[in-house]
Amino acid sequence: MPKARGFDGEENEDEDRVGLPQVAAMTSIGDAALSVSGLTLNFGGLRALSDVGFDVAEGSITAIIGPNGAGKTSLFNCISGFYRPQAGAIRFEGRDISRLHPPERARLGLARTFQNIALFRGMTVLDNIKLGRHVHMRTNLLDGLIYWGRAQREEVEVRAEIEERVIDFLEINHIRNQPVASLAYGLRKRVELARALAMRPKILMLDEPVAGMNREETEDMARFILDVKEEWGVTILMVEHDMGLVMDISDHVVVLNFGQVIARGAPAEVTANEQVIRAYLGAGDIGQLKARIAGVEAA
Amino acid sequence: MEFDWLFFLEVTLAGLGSGALLALTALAFVLIYKATKVVNLAIGEMLMVGAYLFFSFAAGFGLPVWLAIPLALIGGGLLGAIVERTIIRPMLGESAISVFMVTIGLGSVLVGLVEIIWGAAPTQLPEFMGTTPLFIGDAYVSRKIAIGFAVASIVIAAFVLAFRFWRGGVALRATATDQGAAYSCGIDVPKVFSAAWIVAGVAAAGAGILVGAVGGISPTMGVFGLSALVVVIVGGLDSIAGALVGGLVVGLVEAWSGTFIGGEYKLLATFGLLILILMVRPYGLFGTVEIERL
Repeated sequence: MPKARGFDGEENEDEDRVGLPQVAAMTSIGDAALSVSGLTLNFGGLRALSDVGFDVAEGSITAIIGPNGAGKTSLFNCISGFYRPQAGAIRFEGRDISRLHPPERARLGLARTFQNIALFRGMTVLDNIKLGRHVHMRTNLLDGLIYWGRAQREEVEVRAEIEERVIDFLEINHIRNQPVASLAYGLRKRVELARALAMRPKILMLDEPVAGMNREETEDMARFILDVKEEWGVTILMVEHDMGLVMDISDHVVVLNFGQVIARGAPAEVTANEQVIRAYLGAGDIGQLKARIAGVEAA
Repeated sequence: MEFDWLFFLEVTLAGLGSGALLALTALAFVLIYKATKVVNLAIGEMLMVGAYLFFSFAAGFGLPVWLAIPLALIGGGLLGAIVERTIIRPMLGESAISVFMVTIGLGSVLVGLVEIIWGAAPTQLPEFMGTTPLFIGDAYVSRKIAIGFAVASIVIAAFVLAFRFWRGGVALRATATDQGAAYSCGIDVPKVFSAAWIVAGVAAAGAGILVGAVGGISPTMGVFGLSALVVVIVGGLDSIAGALVGGLVVGLVEAWSGTFIGGEYKLLATFGLLILILMVRPYGLFGTVEIERL
């Protein structure tokens, strides 16, 4: 089981606490597929998330952005159930899932990828993708050992679905029988996406889907993400640093800084937000900068 | 002087027999290591407890053997479950060395408990396999060793098949490679942990009954686990095939050196082999290269 992973130092500054009220109204596409409210997460004395709240509209692409250590991945780990937040609620299609274990959340339709690719090394691409279907399989030990009847039918169904839909869709047919360890970085990311899609998710959570990719790979990935949303009707929540991608494909943007939501709204509204600019580029005011540095040293 | 091939064959068969028992014990060890990354030094003591449970059921309560064996196996599984839930689970996220030390302590506790309950004197298990010797061609094989070999082989084969084809085995392999990814794919990782300890407990208890039937039982029979440790280091900590091959290799080396060089050189040969393998292949014959060493 994962323990609290690397978490960069961060501190709460009063000036970053203000600002929620001036946030723009969210773009409305449908009802909230996922709704996070009042989420607070502490690691010992370190506050990773404080009172984080936002909605993810059904059928939308929602991006979470923010500087390094802002709490984006911690937020993802709370939503997928790896971390237990001290306070707050996570609602999935109106149902509170805060108490559920990750496998139960996966069964409801919450799939995710990881920032540093988490594939099953030593297995082939196809085996990796098939493991995504594990969550919905119903056969038991006896069926599996005998390998006829239910187990075989299930296997055939899974194979057909995965081959026709997932593998063809992501254009990874040529590498299906290769061990994942031999693949290039961009392809591994794609296999991870394929595994998440094989879980038949309602909400797909992508943790930095294009990190470390070149221009072409990024464009491919952007196209896949858009297709997943449009053709499969899957709601997407992603953490991403590539501002170009975020601005191009997301419907709604949530900005985190020091574990708090400092802005949310349509991409254009968010980039115009003064606090967001400050969080990303730093303040233009030298005095303020000095105060910030002093604050960091004190912390 | 002519080399006695028949005698050599007999010694080899005996070596394979004890090698199969080593492999079974090593399998229990590998199972736990694969799933939970815990180096369980108490595996020999878990084996011993299994043997004593069988002793209790068969000799103490006078139950028939066909009932005493499953009861002892269930007891071994229960022991695994209890150890996992009460001792190993709370250590989750602690350093590998700490957990390793905890299993050493657990071994001592188990030895102490057995001495309190059954006393420190070595005893014999009730006879249940018969003593008529078997002959393969002209070679003599002790019946117990032959049965031990057969049972261990069947159990190991079942394990290998389950690993490849059963979904639970796939879940375990997935958990072994990446716990976070497995958890997010809907695999109940804590359940896999418990299952690994339970199955390992059953396997260890089974090995204990077989080992006890061959050599008798005593609270110190857990040192058999030390040979099993050599097996897993030779074979690779996380490799089932390694446990199998390593078990047979160590069993043969012990039998040959014990017979042809002299009993006092048995350990020398075994640990010499260990050092040799570690120098050539630090991860064991079949081990994953990335695994952490203690």
